[in-house]
Amino acid sequence: MADDGMTMRGWLRQDGRKGIRNLVAVAYLVECAHHVCREIVWPMREEGVQLIGFPGCFPNAYGQRMLQALCTHPNVGAVLLVSLGCESFNKYQLERVVEASGRPVRTITIQNTGGTRSSIEEGRAWVAEQRALLDASPTVPMGIDELVIGTVCGGSDGTSGITGNPAAGLAFDRLVAAGATCIFEETGELIGCEHIMAARAATPELGGILEASVAKAARYYATLGYGSFAPGNADGGLSTIEEKSMGAYAKSGRSAISGLIKPGDLPPKGGLYLLDVVPDGEVRFGFPNINDNSEITELIACGSHAVLFVTGRGSVVGSAIAPVLKICANPETYRRMSDDMDVDAGRILDGKATLAEVAQEILDLLVAFGRGQPSRSEALGHQEFVLGYKSFEPIGPACLPTR
Amino acid sequence: MHRWLSLVVRKRQAGTESRVTPTNPHLLLLDETDNVLLATRAIAAGTPVTIEGHPIILGTELALGHKVARRPIAAGEAVLKYGVTIGVASKPIDLGEHVHIHNIVSNYTRTHTIEAETDHG
Repeated sequence: MADDGMTMRGWLRQDGRKGIRNLVAVAYLVECAHHVCREIVWPMREEGVQLIGFPGCFPNAYGQRMLQALCTHPNVGAVLLVSLGCESFNKYQLERVVEASGRPVRTITIQNTGGTRSSIEEGRAWVAEQRALLDASPTVPMGIDELVIGTVCGGSDGTSGITGNPAAGLAFDRLVAAGATCIFEETGELIGCEHIMAARAATPELGGILEASVAKAARYYATLGYGSFAPGNADGGLSTIEEKSMGAYAKSGRSAISGLIKPGDLPPKGGLYLLDVVPDGEVRFGFPNINDNSEITELIACGSHAVLFVTGRGSVVGSAIAPVLKICANPETYRRMSDDMDVDAGRILDGKATLAEVAQEILDLLVAFGRGQPSRSEALGHQEFVLGYKSFEPIGPACLPTR
Repeated sequence: MHRWLSLVVRKRQAGTESRVTPTNPHLLLLDETDNVLLATRAIAAGTPVTIEGHPIILGTELALGHKVARRPIAAGEAVLKYGVTIGVASKPIDLGEHVHIHNIVSNYTRTHTIEAETDHG
């Protein structure tokens, strides 16, 4: 962007991407190493040291790919891996991937390090060293066109689809017009919108792929017996999944859809992408996304520098690795929970702001985050992280027709 | 989809509460083809409102974001919001009646709810 008012500061990584944060990620490779990791992180949790990890002891290609993508995310500057020692996770491959990305990486194996206490001590010492190095590392200018922004909604109600989600969609339109990359997701919350969405695809073939991804989600949820619909959605006035979907769909804005990606895929260039979060094949491992944070984690694994989170009922979550920008759709909720909210989109209902004004506020806040301002959830210490089992087939060339 | 969005924007920018004049200003019509209206603020039970020129006394409280029937809807008829089908009436719905999970169903997957025990005290 030529406009100096829109310039941010980023940390340049070896692959050319820039981060708006410069974090040390500490990753447990099985739940058995979670406590040690948490103890390593805890004293430095407000100083850019964050906890992520994979809980399972059984191998999973998706889990491996997700941690590889997250440990090489542009917001991450150094990585500590903590293994118990006997789990199935391929820590050697993960370490090689992080090393090849030019980031400092260290693996602590608890069974070889004398157990809990000495692993925590060793981990804290390494992390403190890396933190000091990262704090001294230089920044470079970063433009809006270099941003990757995801969007999610959670705790939706009858206001989400008329204030917060259309405002996020309008912000997406402006980001895409400026050359940025935007990702929307949750095909299970696009049920009922598949045909109008397909009409926006860059090619008819991609349109068919978008429709098929929603049909897959509908089948998956039908097998499980529950839609992506929580009791709070109904309390807030939403009656059916397709009603919720129409509101959620508004987050995608009006830009042409450039492609479909899956968790861990990086969009090849600027534009709008649908992230297909529902696993391929038979229904396995349970619900596609057990909560909002598992969706946020996937958006971040696709390179999102920040995530727009539209809520009606009032979510408080943030995330590890990338700031979450909370857009409150419901004016009553905002009055109750304003400390947790970055944007009050409910003003649209009260006639105190237009969609365009709220969209601009969202863009201005993203730029502020890119200059170092913390989001509300970051300032409150939220660093939620959820990752579980899934299985995906790789995307085909028709998924990215404009590549 | 974008028809309703531009409609909302236009109404907002006009800064008036005029939309279909005979309808209560706190009941928002998102698309001309819709058979439901959306409450833009909580409206208490017993409140007299006007819908499409018909005077109605609200039978139940209408919370922010909830829907009310803009016209009578027959059982099995599609419920339209944003100009698209959001479900089907599971029983006949009167003009001005709350439209929600007790009288509409999804064409896709069922809607799961729980009893709010704390609200019963």
